[in-house]
Amino acid sequence: MKLIGELWESLTEALAGLGAVVRFLLRLAAASPRALLRLDLISQQIYNAGALSLVIIMLSGLFVGMVLGLQGFQLLQRFGSEEALGTAATIGLVKELGPVVTALLFAGRAGTALASELGLMRATDQLSAMEMMAVDPIRRVVVPRFLGGVIAMPLLAAIFSVVGIYGAQLVGVQIMGVDSGSFWSQMRAAVGLRDINEGIVKSCIFGVTCSLIAVYEGYYATPTAEGVGRATTRTVVTSAVFILFLDYLITAAFL
Amino acid sequence: MSYAVNDNRPVFAGLDMDIPRGRITAVMGPSGTGKTTLLRLITGQVRADLGSVVVAGQELRRMRRADLYVLRRRMGMLFQNGALLTDLSVFENVAFPLREHSDLPERLIRQLVLTKLQAVGLRGAAELMPAELSGGMSRRVALARAIVMDPEILIYDEPFVGLDPISLGVILRLIRRLNDALGITSIVVSHDVQEISTVADVVFLLSGGKVVARGTPQELQSYPSETVRQFIGGLADGPVPFHFPAPDYFGELLAREDA
Repeated sequence: MKLIGELWESLTEALAGLGAVVRFLLRLAAASPRALLRLDLISQQIYNAGALSLVIIMLSGLFVGMVLGLQGFQLLQRFGSEEALGTAATIGLVKELGPVVTALLFAGRAGTALASELGLMRATDQLSAMEMMAVDPIRRVVVPRFLGGVIAMPLLAAIFSVVGIYGAQLVGVQIMGVDSGSFWSQMRAAVGLRDINEGIVKSCIFGVTCSLIAVYEGYYATPTAEGVGRATTRTVVTSAVFILFLDYLITAAFL
Repeated sequence: MSYAVNDNRPVFAGLDMDIPRGRITAVMGPSGTGKTTLLRLITGQVRADLGSVVVAGQELRRMRRADLYVLRRRMGMLFQNGALLTDLSVFENVAFPLREHSDLPERLIRQLVLTKLQAVGLRGAAELMPAELSGGMSRRVALARAIVMDPEILIYDEPFVGLDPISLGVILRLIRRLNDALGITSIVVSHDVQEISTVADVVFLLSGGKVVARGTPQELQSYPSETVRQFIGGLADGPVPFHFPAPDYFGELLAREDA
């Protein structure tokens, strides 16, 4: 009985938390039209979330692509169809690894930065000070960061996939000796718009999810050193779980 | 006016204060009497449960957010640690309210910001970042930011905490000068009896969620009340006990471990 009671309690708690996040999202949406007028603030945040994540995204994309090239080659060789390597690597990257790995890295690099920045602003009264200056911190601070993340994430995922395909080509064609012409032409013939759309939809949804979790955790962080630390950790953990869960749902929806 | 954080622990019950316009009013009291909470009530960051909070003729308790923001443009507040925006320079921090609330040309903003920085003696620090400032300097920058919109009401939350004697003297003189020169209504929350006595026109002493004394600093020196005498004289024990409620001292020290 006690176990059921505890389970029920944690379930209602989780639902209440989800409801709070959704309400926060609605608040962000309501403040967005006015925040969109301040393009300078948003582009600054796209730079923070996007441009500053470029190195880690490109390096990871390269290595993930190289691994795909190597493993794909060995697997396909057994069936004598190494020429399909371009197709296999591209579909894997564009539909799955690009959006998912980028989102996980994004949560670790940009999400934690957002959460700890907002948490520290709360802890040092900067958000209250803004409210006292009759400036809505949601509109001035939170929405630009949220939108910056939402815009940066699909761009990063696209870059990840492109660099990944280059990495697969590097290993498959340059090192393992797959024919360059068939690598590219088979890929062009087999990868359709639908595959690319799936990647775009995924990365957009992951962008909203990661950015929302990060700004929510940061904005409502307990204003202490420990609280900010916990908000940062929760940003990564919650983002990762939601990314993988949503990934399954979207993949199923596209079948 | 009454206010409770939760239902069973009221911070204020039947608090009645009337803060005179154009004067420096000090709010004093032992730690934990809700001085900061009082400021949050006056600025509408939290709402009273009962009664009314009237600021500049407007009732705050049921005010809409938008109206509250309009009212707040007429108020300035100095936070305990300054609360400067750490990603902006000193100049941009002071310019922040102007940029957010007006379309003034850059030249005018520059002049306004520099005059306010000059008033707090930090015009030379305009290009520094908040992290490069000392505690006293950040508080002076925050003061310049608080007055840049020319507020009618200026609120100071513990402005003297952790300042060296020189910075403290500077802040004290600034509070007095701003009040005299601009006719600002000032509310200073503090528990520094000596410092407050030199600037305040009126002092409210709060304890246990109520006003226990009201008067000029001189009147409070000879106020016929135990609570006031304990606070002004800085006595360790009195109506506000030195000890947090605890079980019997010897009983706890000598208790056997297995008990």
